[in-house]
Parts: sequence; structure tokens; C-alpha cells
Amino acid sequence: MPETATSGASIELENLTKRYPGSPQPAVDNVNMEIRAGEIVIFVGPSGCGKSTTLKMINRLIEPTGGRIRIDGEDVTHMDPVKLRRKVGYAIQTSGLFPHMTVAQNIALVPRMVGWSKARIRNRVEEMLDLVGLDPGEFHGRYPRQLSGGQQQRVGVARALAADPPVLLMDEPFGAVDPITRDHLQDELIRLQHELHKTIVFVTHDFDEAIKLGDRIAVLRERSHIAQFDTPEAILTNPADDFVSGFVGAGAALKRLNLSRVRDVEITDYPTVTVDDPLQEIFSKLRSSGTSEILLLDKRGRPYKWLRRGDLMRAKGSLARAGTLVHDTVTRDATLRDALEAVLTDSSGRVAVTGRRGEYTGVVDVETLMNSVHELLEADRLEAMEHQHDLEALRSAQTHAEQEGAGGERKA
Amino acid sequence: MNFWEYLGTRHQQLLTDAYQHASAVFQCMVVATLLGVLIGVVTYRSEWAGNLATTTTSTILTVPSLAMIGLLIPIVGLGVPPTVIALTLYGLLPIVRNSIVGLRGVDPSLVDAATGIGMSRVMRLVRVELPLAWPPILTGIRVSTQMLMGIAAIAAYASGPGLGNVIFRGLGSLGSKNAINQVLAGTLGIIVLALLFDAAYVLIGRLTIPRGIRA
Repeated sequence: MPETATSGASIELENLTKRYPGSPQPAVDNVNMEIRAGEIVIFVGPSGCGKSTTLKMINRLIEPTGGRIRIDGEDVTHMDPVKLRRKVGYAIQTSGLFPHMTVAQNIALVPRMVGWSKARIRNRVEEMLDLVGLDPGEFHGRYPRQLSGGQQQRVGVARALAADPPVLLMDEPFGAVDPITRDHLQDELIRLQHELHKTIVFVTHDFDEAIKLGDRIAVLRERSHIAQFDTPEAILTNPADDFVSGFVGAGAALKRLNLSRVRDVEITDYPTVTVDDPLQEIFSKLRSSGTSEILLLDKRGRPYKWLRRGDLMRAKGSLARAGTLVHDTVTRDATLRDALEAVLTDSSGRVAVTGRRGEYTGVVDVETLMNSVHELLEADRLEAMEHQHDLEALRSAQTHAEQEGAGGERKA
Repeated sequence: MNFWEYLGTRHQQLLTDAYQHASAVFQCMVVATLLGVLIGVVTYRSEWAGNLATTTTSTILTVPSLAMIGLLIPIVGLGVPPTVIALTLYGLLPIVRNSIVGLRGVDPSLVDAATGIGMSRVMRLVRVELPLAWPPILTGIRVSTQMLMGIAAIAAYASGPGLGNVIFRGLGSLGSKNAINQVLAGTLGIIVLALLFDAAYVLIGRLTIPRGIRA
């Protein structure tokens, strides 16, 4: 029986500071940040910028030397750290699974500590394994060393979520797995978050990962100073300064393509015929259509072949030999980057878009793709400018109020 | 009288000595293990405390066993007390050292993870650090036991129990017809006991080292 999941809680960091004895500069200097309930916030920055330290101060693995942390409005700066940590999920780079315990024992740790009943824990372990895409029957009794790196990470996430904490802290959780597995794990995390709506704080040094996962990204420079804290779109189209644009790296426009999906752009309809249509009809369609080619669908409505005008003649009327096979399609959920990739590798510069079961829904070509991308970028720029304007207005209003307030005091 | 005839006539006495030898070593090992692991747990976090514990126990080990027992006799008298004290002290070094090395060798990211998911210090020690440090600690216990088997023979000097009595009796009457037989029987008895204990430790390792970290 699945339990109703606790969704996220807000996190507020107020003047959070960490100073190590013996070093003149603080490692984390006066961080102020508001993280909304249910969003994924990514801390990204060069190594040694204090992003991990900031993260670890949220569950007080590192005790702050100054400032406050509030979770769901409650000040947790001085509560018992052991109790605090049981309410905050924690996943780390090396998965942190205890090698002497089975997968099930690892996942059951926190529920056991907070005193769940045995039956409830058993159900929960199964449920969590299911949730992270591992077959409970198969993986229940395995030891961590019998798992691949990706599987270990999944179990690590399952353990962090086992006691259903509102907040999940992830410290470069996918840093040690190969790129393909990392991609899968990122997709899984997005899917999980759609179901769970936790508040996730995620540390990485990989900006592409940040763009892919983050609702908002905090780009941090040394001593955890926030260089920019905004949505991925805003950071890509309007980096606050040279440091941020340097970190975004080359090809911001290309990276922007990762943030939009094929369903966001215009899909053109193409003349189609199916393999069951009589040849005569195919001929007349070919002649009457304004395009130089038509798309032949198979029995289940899936794109099968591109047919050009002379193709059928050359193949002496045999559909089996005529035309060129469709070798690449994209789904409506594919990113524009994938679509562009497919269009660029296609010799005629177009790619068929398919629905959930692979059935034809339309075609995108270079032209429509370019137009859409231009529009997207333009819209981003406008939005960013508006945002900037709002911020400036807010700031000037604040300064104004402060000066007025100061003036008022002087008068009194 | 050849060796086999000697064994045949004296086996009752030899078995009693062997039993007492084994029992003394076993009991001292229990005390040394508890004490050694405790010292390890208390000192491994601090650089200097850990080093102090290792240095102290290795200094103890450099005192010749005969001298140690000799020095203990005026303080605690003859018989069992000096034997137990000397054996326990000698047994400490490998256990203390391996406990410290083992506990310090636990992957820091696992300690971080244990703390991060909300384990208290005691819980972390009992559920994570000690189980992971157990294989080296068990090795220390094994080495200690082998060492004590030999040293326990010296206990006979202080009228202690064990196979040392047979050896000393033989050495004291060299030239008599049974002298060699006695020394031989005592020595071989100790070797056999040592092998039996070692086999027991292999079994204990199988039973107590979790499958996930068994080599």
C-alpha cells in the first residue's frame, strides 16, 4: 500500500557563514537564499567554491559559525542535529551505501531509526526499490558490491528518500558514474520529482547537468558568493556577469535547445500514404502533393519510407524496393537539441515526429526548427530584460525607502 | 622409553596441562580483546592518543617475558595472577594496533553518510565503523593468540598452569631418560593447540564477517 508522500518544504538560508579556525577568509561567506517548497535548486560552481560546504550546513554535517537555517519556517540552527538529519534525505557521490549491509538493510536504516513498524518498513523497502526502478525481488538481498555504479546510486537515492523526508540534499550524486548512466539517472530523478515534489538541493560542477535538472540554478563563486540565482533560461540568455558567462561556457544558444521540447515547436503536416493503399492512389498523391516527396507509413501508422516522385517508376511499381527507409524519428518529448541533431544528419533536412507508440504525428524540418529557436531566444531575451527591469525597479524602490527611512529618523 | 610410550603413560597429565594452557590463553584473550578494542575505540579519533596507545603497548611487548613474570611475582605472588596479567598485557598490542588501523581505515565518505542520514555517534560506531573494522581486528586477535600460546609456556616459571610445566620439568632434568620426551611433548602440544585455535578463528571469521565485505 503506497503511502501518501510528504511533499517539499521551503528552506531559507540567512547570512549563513562558515569560518574555519586559522584561515583568514571564511569558507562560506554570508549566504542568503530562499528555496521554495517543491523545487530543485542546483548549486553549481568551480571546485573549492564552498558549494558542498553550503549544502552540508543545511543538515549541519558542517556546523555554521554564523547565520540561520529555516526549514518550513522552523529554525533548525540549534535543534538536535541527529533529529534534523533524520528529516532531511542525504545522497552523496560515492552512493555511501554500507558494504556490510544488504540493499534492503541499507534502505531500512532511517525508517528503523525513526521507529517504524517492521511490516511498514518491509513494504516501504519494496516500494522504494520499485520507485527507483530496481526489481525488489532481485535486488532486496544483494550487497552493494554486487551492484553496478548506477544501481548503487539508485539505492543511495532510495535510502535517502526512505523515511519520506520533505527535503533531499544531493552532493554530486552522479559525479562518479559513466556519462550514459548519468544521463539515465538524471532522467530518473526528473521523473521521481514529478511524482514526489520534494525540495531538492543538488550540488554539481557540471553546468549541463544543472540546466537539465534545475528549476533554478545558483551559480556560486569563491566563498559561496551567489553570482546569479535564476532559472536556467535566464542564466543562459542573460548571464549576470563575466564569471557566469564563463561558467555557462560556449554555446549557450545550443544549450538552450535542451530546455525546449519538440512539442513546443511547430510541427508541419506532411502528405502520407500507408502500405495498404493501392498503388494508383499513391501515384496520384505524389502528383497532387505540393511537396517533392511523401511519407509512407507501415500498417500500424509508423513512419516507414520517404517516397520521391521518380522512386516508384524506377522500382517498377514495387513498394518494397522504392524509396529510402526512415532511419531516425523523434518523439514529441525529445529535446530540440535531439531534433536538431536528427535533422542535421538527415540528408534532406527533415525528421518525422512520432507519438507514444511510434505512430506518425508530423514532421519538423530545418526551417521550422530555426524559426522556432529564434522565437524562443527572442522571448527569453525579452523576459530576461523585463526581469532585469523589475529587479532594478525593486532595488531603486528599496534604496529610496531606506533613504527616506534614514531621513525620517534624522528628523525625529 | 621412547616418545610414544611416554605419551601413552603420561597422557592424563599432558591432557590436563594442555587444557589448562588453552584455557589460560583463551581467558586472557577475551580480556585482552575487550580491553584492546576499548582502547582502540577511545583513542582512534585523535592522532596523538592513538599513537600513544600503540607505542605503549609495543613497549610492553619489548619487555622479555621471563623478566615480566619475574617482576610480577613480588607484586602479585605466584601462580595464576602473574600469568593472567602478563598474558593480557602481551596480547594487547596487535589488537590495539589493528583496532586503531581498522577504525581509521573506514572510508570517510561512509562515516559522512552515516552521520548524514542521522546516526548518533554510538550508533555509527556500533552499526558502521566496528563492523567494517572487524576483519583487521579479528586478524589482530589471531596474531595475539598465536603469540600468547608461546609466551604462556613461560608462565610455569611462576608456577602458573599449562604445558610450560612439562617443558620446564624436562629442561630441569636434562640427561635423565624422559627429559627430551617431556620437552618434545610440551612443545608439540603447544603447536597443536595453536593450530586448533587458528582453525577456530577461521570459523569465527566465516560466521562473523558480513558477506558483503568478506574477501
